[in-house]
Amino acid sequence: MKPRSALLQSHDISKSFGSFIANDKINFNILEGEIHGLLGENGAGKSTFVKMVYGLLEPSMGEFFWNGNPIKIPGPQEARNFGIGMVFQHFSLFPTLTVIENIQLALSETQPLPELRKTIIEKSQEFGIFVDPDTYIRDLSVGEQQRVEILRCLLQNPKLLIMDEPTSVLTPQESQQLFKILKILAKTGCSVLFISHKLKEVKEITQRATILRRGQVVDTVISSEVSTGQLAKMMVGNDPQNVRKKIEHKSTKILVKISGLCRPANTPFSTPLLDINLDVKAGEIVGIAGIAGNGQSELMEVLTGEWRSKDSIDVLDVLGVDIRDYSPHRRRQMGIGFMPEERNGHSAVMNMTLTENTLLTNHNNPEIQKNSIIENNNLENLTSNIIHDYDVRTPIQNPLASSLSGGNLQKFVVGRELIKKPRVFFVAQPTWGVDIGATKFIRNAIIELANEGCGIIVISQDLEELFELADSVSVLFRGKLSERKPVKELNSQKIGLLMGGEDVSFISRGI
Amino acid sequence: MIDALILTILMTSVPLVLAATGELVVERSGVLNLGLEGMMLMGAVSAFAFTYATGSLFIGLLAGIISGAVTAAIFGFFVLGLATNQVATGLALTIFGTGLSGLIGADFVGNAITGLPTLFPKHFGDIPFIGAFLSLDIVAYSSVIIVFLVWVFLFKTKTGLILRASGISHDSAHSLGYSVLKVRWCAVLFGGMMAGLSGAYLPLMLTPHWSEGMTSGRGWIALALVVFASWMPSRIIYGAILFGTITIMQLAGQARGWTIPPQLLSSLPYLATILVLVLISIRGSAKHAAPSNLTIPFISSK
Repeated sequence: MKPRSALLQSHDISKSFGSFIANDKINFNILEGEIHGLLGENGAGKSTFVKMVYGLLEPSMGEFFWNGNPIKIPGPQEARNFGIGMVFQHFSLFPTLTVIENIQLALSETQPLPELRKTIIEKSQEFGIFVDPDTYIRDLSVGEQQRVEILRCLLQNPKLLIMDEPTSVLTPQESQQLFKILKILAKTGCSVLFISHKLKEVKEITQRATILRRGQVVDTVISSEVSTGQLAKMMVGNDPQNVRKKIEHKSTKILVKISGLCRPANTPFSTPLLDINLDVKAGEIVGIAGIAGNGQSELMEVLTGEWRSKDSIDVLDVLGVDIRDYSPHRRRQMGIGFMPEERNGHSAVMNMTLTENTLLTNHNNPEIQKNSIIENNNLENLTSNIIHDYDVRTPIQNPLASSLSGGNLQKFVVGRELIKKPRVFFVAQPTWGVDIGATKFIRNAIIELANEGCGIIVISQDLEELFELADSVSVLFRGKLSERKPVKELNSQKIGLLMGGEDVSFISRGI
Repeated sequence: MIDALILTILMTSVPLVLAATGELVVERSGVLNLGLEGMMLMGAVSAFAFTYATGSLFIGLLAGIISGAVTAAIFGFFVLGLATNQVATGLALTIFGTGLSGLIGADFVGNAITGLPTLFPKHFGDIPFIGAFLSLDIVAYSSVIIVFLVWVFLFKTKTGLILRASGISHDSAHSLGYSVLKVRWCAVLFGGMMAGLSGAYLPLMLTPHWSEGMTSGRGWIALALVVFASWMPSRIIYGAILFGTITIMQLAGQARGWTIPPQLLSSLPYLATILVLVLISIRGSAKHAAPSNLTIPFISSK
């Protein structure tokens, strides 16, 4: 077999934004017909790199070689002329246009509609992608939308297909289907640049993988010759620290007491909470598992004080105080910390700077606000302490929240709550959509807080997370909380059954 | 009598059709130009001035179109070049156009010109039933053809598809390699030309003289009309005739001493527009939805 030649070579490609270096001398090549992985944590510079390949960003330094010839890619149009197609993480589709119109827009030559319809159907059969050409994009599921994106790229007969975090929006079954398509594609001679931070996937689908860390290439490896552990180590930089062991708590002091909490459903889409009883002792972490939509957000709103009622709750005592009609602000003043599930817009305001976001939860601090005037120096110090202590990586001094990657913003939001050393902490989905390094960091911070005597409720869909963090776990199913079990007596199968509502003893009680 | 009334209604509708069709194209590309009234007034005063000076209606029309485009270019410079807020800039353009047209036109107040001739011989107007439809001028007939051409352009050509795509998601259009700003510039200039032509129609045909602020809110009705038409060209004609009828009824009613307050009648176009907006959101049709990137400035990051 003759050795395959390099299709695209990246030679010393660098990109900086101001003083922040997003890509530092990236060197690697993609062979013809190869599925090449680009692996890295959030913020490692993967997206910046592919945007340069696709002509959306201009490299500050370095060169691309295409089939051995140096090329410039000034824009997406030119990239497509070379045969580079890209499927974006956030799709570049037009929701209120039909599938066929969306495809027509991406083709450089104008084809009459009936002919185009025929070509679309042929291509979709070749690759096993089925979509109705005349439906509107907004009526399709996320997986189907991605298939339209891929189909659209395939119709341009690409030589290189870039897929930016394609599986982040897919169910496991849809991912498998995608991998099939990519394998067929590679057989036809098309190269694929597959961007991901999921180790298993990269090992499963790619032939070689290049690992990026903090804007630099760590190594290019043959995927079948390395273990996921080795990949993780290269990606994170050191052995991903294991989550610390939690100290067995001995305290009997009850910090949170909830009983007889019944919350009626206020919209047709929300879940009523049915007679919830729960207490949390000092130093204890109580985990609440369950599939989304079983009352988690409703329960979180009760804990934060976004929803308040004296009639529907018998007891809601925190630190010995009846807080049933306390506003979130007043609860914070008592030393309760909370972090809702959605970081974009709920726990952080995206188009405010980090300093401003710090102010939002700290304005009652006399250090920060004196006689109704904001003490900017103290506020900036507090913000930089959070950034420093919680390892938040920022592109510039005091950036907008929206310019941080998901993991870094989550570390910031966690840090903003924990730096105040709350005595009680309520948190939902602390590591949802966050990379490995940040996940371990956040979990350790939560455990450390519990070890210092804080009472914590963690609502999460991630069973691994609950096993690592919680002392005991209850499952929320259709608004009803199951009996609490120590984590030692549980395994994921048992919880899984409870999450599906299989436990007969608990269903028959009440509903 | 009825024929005369129909003729007046049709002639009142023409400037609404022209201005609204231009604005429809602008909005389909993702730009909201609230300066319609200002551009129309600039078109009106230029058309009158040039016709008065040269005696040529053709030069007058041309002047109207050009000055509409020039006024739109000022708008384009701000909202596309400098990515300013479209609502604020559009409102400023109306104030600017109203003031400047008043200043330019001050010397022309009280002068008269001969308006556009009818396209067909005068006695065609005596034909029963269809007489009114045969007594119109060339601009009126062209307006229907323009609406048809705009429909063909938007829904049957690739360029039209690109223009609609830019209004739905400029980021996606950009990532596909289309120049969003170029598309929007063309749309804004086209909108300006149509508004200029619409303005020119007022002193050249509707009332053959110039008076300050002579558009008397037609620009705003045309803006409402675009929404009323749910961004579909053909519906602009029905809407314009409906809104034109309401306007004329209001005048006719005043003359005959009807008991319906004229203020109530003049609010009807806007009430109808709100009703259409409600219907759009209830039916949730993708085809008739507002362009989702309307009023959002496009800034390319490089």
